[in-house]
Amino acid sequence: MTIEQQDFYTQTILSLAALVGLTSFLMLGQGRLLRLIFVFAVQGLLLTLTTALAAYSLNNPHLYISAVLNLVLKVIFIPWMLRREVIQMNTHRDIEALNNNTMVMLGGASLMVFSYYVLHPIVQTTSPVMLNALALSLSVVLLGMLLMISHRQAVAHVVGFMSIENGLFFAAIVATKGMPMVVELGVAFDVLVAAVLFGIFFFHIRTSIDSLDVDLLNKLHEVDK
Amino acid sequence: MIAAYLVLLIPFIGILFFAVSGHRTDTGKLNVRFNAVCLAATIWLAINVLNQGTILSPGKAFLIDPFNVYLIVLTAFVGLTTAIFSSPYMAHEKELGKLTDQRLKLYYSMYQGFMLAMYLVLTTNNMGVMWVAMEGATLATVLLVSLYRTPESVEAAWKYFILCGVGIAQALFGTILLYYAAVQVGDVENSLLWSVLYANADKLNPEVLAIAFVFMLIGYGTKIGLVPLHNWLPDAHSEGPTPMSAVLSGLLLNDALYAVVRNKMLVDGASDSNMAGLLMMGFGLISFLVAAFFLHRQKDIKRLFSYSSIEHMGMMTFAFGIGGPLATFAALLHMTVHSLTKSAIFVTVGHAAQVAGTQSMDKIRGLIKTQPRVGWGLLIGTIAIAGFPPFGVFTSEFLVLLATMHSYPWLTLPLLMGVGVAFAGLFRNIQPMVYGDKPEGQVPVKANLWPVMIHLGLVLWLGLAIPDFLANWFSQATLLISGSTPL
Repeated sequence: MTIEQQDFYTQTILSLAALVGLTSFLMLGQGRLLRLIFVFAVQGLLLTLTTALAAYSLNNPHLYISAVLNLVLKVIFIPWMLRREVIQMNTHRDIEALNNNTMVMLGGASLMVFSYYVLHPIVQTTSPVMLNALALSLSVVLLGMLLMISHRQAVAHVVGFMSIENGLFFAAIVATKGMPMVVELGVAFDVLVAAVLFGIFFFHIRTSIDSLDVDLLNKLHEVDK
Repeated sequence: MIAAYLVLLIPFIGILFFAVSGHRTDTGKLNVRFNAVCLAATIWLAINVLNQGTILSPGKAFLIDPFNVYLIVLTAFVGLTTAIFSSPYMAHEKELGKLTDQRLKLYYSMYQGFMLAMYLVLTTNNMGVMWVAMEGATLATVLLVSLYRTPESVEAAWKYFILCGVGIAQALFGTILLYYAAVQVGDVENSLLWSVLYANADKLNPEVLAIAFVFMLIGYGTKIGLVPLHNWLPDAHSEGPTPMSAVLSGLLLNDALYAVVRNKMLVDGASDSNMAGLLMMGFGLISFLVAAFFLHRQKDIKRLFSYSSIEHMGMMTFAFGIGGPLATFAALLHMTVHSLTKSAIFVTVGHAAQVAGTQSMDKIRGLIKTQPRVGWGLLIGTIAIAGFPPFGVFTSEFLVLLATMHSYPWLTLPLLMGVGVAFAGLFRNIQPMVYGDKPEGQVPVKANLWPVMIHLGLVLWLGLAIPDFLANWFSQATLLISGSTPL
């Protein structure tokens, strides 16, 4: 079955999935923190759209609540908090020199292929569309991890962390039409608390090493140097 | 069922109470009382379960069966004894000027927060809520790791936060896959309930479940401290306040393992392959061996014992991986004795560090001459944790070895070697600290060693003779997990 023969909902979900994946790659190669945060907010917005669309087409009102939660948390609150942090630290003009950018990008591409490979067994029980959606969300999770590995700024780590959450959220929406409400509320609560804690941590890290470059957090060793 | 609600309600009130009331001189004692009431509630709950068997709450939100109820009691017990220890310990830290009232308020409030998260992990019937509570436990403890606000502790807390956060995100992906497999066979509303999943396990798609289990093992495995996902553990244990190290080692690691075992039960129900068990055995054995060798290279006393925790968690994961009634029974027993011994050790270690004024093992000397109870406590605790008879750790390790010999004879060699290496690693460090002359000017500190004596006494008792009701309890749990009883 080609993509033209799918219904409107499936086609849109697939396009949105592709866009979410694209934003992950955009974040991966981004050296400027403010732009990184902007792309992250765009990813959050795409997720909100996906959720709202799912709520509308599946006639599932509780997904609207998830959409609103997602909008408030990941499109408004967290980007706002991170942006304020970056401007306060006066790092918004710095460009982080990303080592091995080409390698990181190639690594990201291979992670995506890997996600398809890992999840391929489920194609027996479901449509290829579901495989696409799940594999894409797994690759968003893995790309988030790669983002954390390749960037040095604590703010970028938080963006990576939250984009992992985005990937999980996307999987929950498209694969299972949203988790049960109590779980979804719990996860949203955890994300909120995590965001607040990150804010507190920025303050602590700044006062202890006068920078948000996590490479400077290197006091603890396995053995004495 | 009321008992189960009470167990959750008391720590919840505790969080609010300590957050609102602020730090007062008697806050430490109040914390003890909260935990004591909670322990009473858990015992009531345990008696209910013993009499009626598995209890499912009316809304199916909570499930109490023989497997989790014993962990609930253990959690409450270690929570109480650690609270007894923490009251004078934290007061002493405040006298040294390391802490302010504000931070002590945070400490006591989050102590209850951590307990709540632990009880929720254990009592919930919903796999999603279990994940939420597990993440909640990280969030509650992360600020406690950086309580002293030194650069090292901030670094340790950041590492803990990022590694555990990212790690446990994998477990959520696993949970989503599990849910995905479940909605294909059952009704959507209750699909994430463990009792429903377990009843329908044979209908779940084994391929999807296998993938889900890998993610769960990696996710919750980060919290268990399985090598190579263990990096956060020694840092968080060594830099946080000692009572936190005691509850992290004694409770958090157990509960993460509990989550993995619950998932293993589902995977085993869905397919005949032993994939889940083999994965757990592999990870467990590697963790056990790597941690045993790392014991030799430590300089910090709390890091030493956190590696010892990784070693023991590795052994439990390995034993649960073998499956079968004997190994499962041994793993359950090992969970209990390890929790009791390790939290007792951390209590003495906390006092030893206060006596010497440092955590560096090169500088801690002559503990027995300075404060005999602390010195002997540390020595006996180490003997117990190294697996000497007649302590309970010996019994459980011996049972694990027996089970291994029965199912995978060749693996007894690395196990025995690991036990030997770990023993040497512990003793080469402990011996100079407890014996020898005391440095000049070293004076005893005010210490409450009742928790240590009670814990070690219980471990000794479990080593000599497991009481009837407890053996019965363990075998009911074993029956649930492995399908048959060892007795």
